Amino acid sequence: MASRARPLSPHLQIYKPHLLMTMSIVHRATGVALTFAALLLTWGLVAVASGPLAFADFQEFMRSIVGRLIVAGFVVSMLYHFLNGLRHLNWDTGRGLDLRSSYVTGWSVVVLTPLLSALILWLVWT
Amino acid sequence: MSEYQTPLKRVRGLGSAREGVGHWWGQRLTAIALAPLSIWFAWLVVSLSGSDYTSVRQTLASPLQAIPMILFIYALFHHGQLGLQVVIEDYVHQRPLEIGLLILVKFLALAAGLTATIAVLILIFGATNS
Repeated sequence: MASRARPLSPHLQIYKPHLLMTMSIVHRATGVALTFAALLLTWGLVAVASGPLAFADFQEFMRSIVGRLIVAGFVVSMLYHFLNGLRHLNWDTGRGLDLRSSYVTGWSVVVLTPLLSALILWLVWT
Repeated sequence: MSEYQTPLKRVRGLGSAREGVGHWWGQRLTAIALAPLSIWFAWLVVSLSGSDYTSVRQTLASPLQAIPMILFIYALFHHGQLGLQVVIEDYVHQRPLEIGLLILVKFLALAAGLTATIAVLILIFGATNS
């Protein structure tokens, strides 16, 4: 807590939204969502370790409409966070930081995320 | 570099705690680990979908799946916990709530990560409750 007011950068709504900024926010949002997916993983593993009855409960939930919506959300989040995470790791090496590269890789993530998500969900549900 | 802050200023939490590099590096290392592990995990979920209890249990109990699963759990919870820490620090401005949430997240990540790991160990060593 600062004891006196410090200069702040203009807040979010001051800027016109654009791809790179939106993608950064979505990266955070999907990251937060995926921490809840991690809890679902814990439930699944505990269910398998606990026995067939507990596993049946887990499976029933995953096959319900709510379960399927949650799974779909997690798959999309995972694909996005994975692909955009690779983009971030590449940036961390100092490469691809110019506007053009950032937009090319950014749009690639935007296009690939729904395609790969659909593929995985199709493989899981059929 | 010379000191720009008095020790008191640092004690009050107004300066660098010199933990930034460790946090940054931990986030990257777990990200690098999670990249291949996530591909493996997606493959595992796809291959297990629609399987019955016995085959799910057998697959998860085999060392070839159980070991990457434990590595995945560790990297996942560590990475998630580091990320949530930054989000809380950025958006929660009431100090007591911020500290409370940080503690909660660290405890929950450890508890859930350990629980998941122990579940895998139970599968590996074949204890049954059924």
